[in-house]
Amino acid sequence: MEDVNKLEAFQAKIDREEKIEPKDWMPADYRKHLIRQISQHAHSEVVGMQPEGQWISRAPSLRAKVVLLAKVQDEAGHGLYLYSAAESLSISRDELLEQLHTEKAKYSSIFNYPTLTWADMGAVGWLVDGAAIVNQVSLQRTSYGPYSRGMVRICKEESFHQRQGYEVISDMALGSPEQKQMAQDALNRMWWPSLMMFGPHDADSPNTGNATKWKIKRETNDELRQKFIDKTVQQAEVIGLTIPDPDLKWNEERGHYDFGKIDWSELKEVIHGCGPCNKQRLNHHRKAHEEGAWVREAANAYAQKQRDKKKVA
Amino acid sequence: MTVDEALVKYCLRLGDDAMILGHRLSELCSKGPYLEEDIALTNISLDLFGQTRMMYTTAGELEGKGRKEDDFAYNRLEPEFENVLLVEQPNGHFGNTIARQLIFSVFYYHLFSELKNSPNENLAAFAAKSVKETTYHMRHSAEWVVRLGDGTEESHWRIKDALNEIWSYRHELFEQDEVDTTLVEAGLIPDTTTLKARFENSIKEVLDRATIDEVAEGWKATGGRRGHHSEYLGHILPIFQSIPRTYPDSTWS
Amino acid sequence: MSADNQFPQWEVFIQSKTGLPFKHAGNLHAADAELALQNARDLYTRRQEGTSIWVVPTDQIVASNPDDSDAFFDPAEDKIYRAATYYTMPEGAKHI
Repeated sequence: MEDVNKLEAFQAKIDREEKIEPKDWMPADYRKHLIRQISQHAHSEVVGMQPEGQWISRAPSLRAKVVLLAKVQDEAGHGLYLYSAAESLSISRDELLEQLHTEKAKYSSIFNYPTLTWADMGAVGWLVDGAAIVNQVSLQRTSYGPYSRGMVRICKEESFHQRQGYEVISDMALGSPEQKQMAQDALNRMWWPSLMMFGPHDADSPNTGNATKWKIKRETNDELRQKFIDKTVQQAEVIGLTIPDPDLKWNEERGHYDFGKIDWSELKEVIHGCGPCNKQRLNHHRKAHEEGAWVREAANAYAQKQRDKKKVA
Repeated sequence: MTVDEALVKYCLRLGDDAMILGHRLSELCSKGPYLEEDIALTNISLDLFGQTRMMYTTAGELEGKGRKEDDFAYNRLEPEFENVLLVEQPNGHFGNTIARQLIFSVFYYHLFSELKNSPNENLAAFAAKSVKETTYHMRHSAEWVVRLGDGTEESHWRIKDALNEIWSYRHELFEQDEVDTTLVEAGLIPDTTTLKARFENSIKEVLDRATIDEVAEGWKATGGRRGHHSEYLGHILPIFQSIPRTYPDSTWS
Repeated sequence: MSADNQFPQWEVFIQSKTGLPFKHAGNLHAADAELALQNARDLYTRRQEGTSIWVVPTDQIVASNPDDSDAFFDPAEDKIYRAATYYTMPEGAKHI
């Protein structure tokens, strides 16, 4: 049993909208929930470098190349901000990476879908980053201080990501017939997986209870998903692309778009390792990590030698 | 060869060197030995692409035929690229990447330090901007050569091996043909023979700190400045240029 | 995989403009001070955020304990006479 008084004080602090800081007392479950969520978020940024990264070499203009490169680099940076937020909860970077490599920790399933044409660089930025931003804007108000500060920084930096994607896809949608076809195809493939990024419907979401009470999550999966759909539909219309959902239509009464049924069975498959790229993504990450081992060892050895020299001197 | 013709060529060569090395480094995105270093390598790549764009744009303006940066990057064939062979060499392991970067950055650091005083405004402005970036690249690669050289036994032989392999490729950086002599005579660029001692001193300083006594002398790499490349460029360009070449009727922003 | 070779952690402080105080930007892992400085530059100043950087080993920072916060900070609460607004100035007095 955790100390009831401490728990009350903790909850009161959260209710006053004060942030929880690393050295503050917190319930073990709060810590656990945060480590799971933040590390999943960090791994998503880092694994998410791959589907876009593999197009850097093929970017169709120098401008497009530097923009994409800067964007993927940001993702590495954001991974780092998030790892450090997770580490403030007393788990090491090595442990976090080990959890990723042993598949104990998850990352967003969206990155297990392949990116097949240049239009996917548009769709990923527009839809995947778009969905991520809706979530991250909301998380700026999360109750854990380091996570919240990380989100503020990430949101500030990511504002160009979605624009980059939308620019790519709109140029293609308004370009030659083959470009337009690629753009529509990318939207067709990415739309539903993007909606699934927000997670299961609230009614089916086992982790929401405490996360809401503790203000780790500020809005529910369904609320965030709706927000994303509402703002994206118009953006598709402007560039003449069709969202692949025949049931999508404005609901005057609700003041929101209604949308079709999400096929969760597909997401479950992908989460359980049956996505087209699961193995590929993890192996890529493991390989880079393993191949870097001798470099990290060398840096450590050199640092140790320098420290020893100082001692002698 | 007129000075103007030589200038266009010279700018393109600077651009080609930067572009191919920028490409090589961009291939490493998400493959760094750890995340912080991944970001560092990408930063160097971005600097080099920035230099590429500046030089291609300048070349296009000087040439006056309406060619833009992407025309040079995407619409030329292998023999039309005149980059040194050094920059085409594969990334290999981290030591190979760093050894290649050290040679490149040290040379260009000394070149840009002079070129920034050129009476040609384009070159001077380019060099003044680039020398800052290159100073950092040089520091980054030098510090890594030192750590690998004076790190573990394994890292020592790996970086030594890498330096042995790449060392031969430095010669080309100092080569001078009609393009260079024309511009040297016009007083627009430095004579690279005057940079040689400085280059070698800088490298030696790093090697000393890295506890590497000697680097092996191999063949004398040459050809790139005449468009005669190693086999690697033929694998880089088809990927680099694939989209505009596959869809010639489309435009890309 | 073992807990392989985690580098020490460093806290990064950035001065955005000369004359301004250094502000905590975040942290990173690096084997030594030089690499920490380089990585801090690459990670935290990509958007012209800085003119100067400090890196400090995280384990060298001494932090106050949240449990002490009442004892540390509440005693300042009733000493509002440390603020300029505490004082009443005669009407019409200028430049004070």
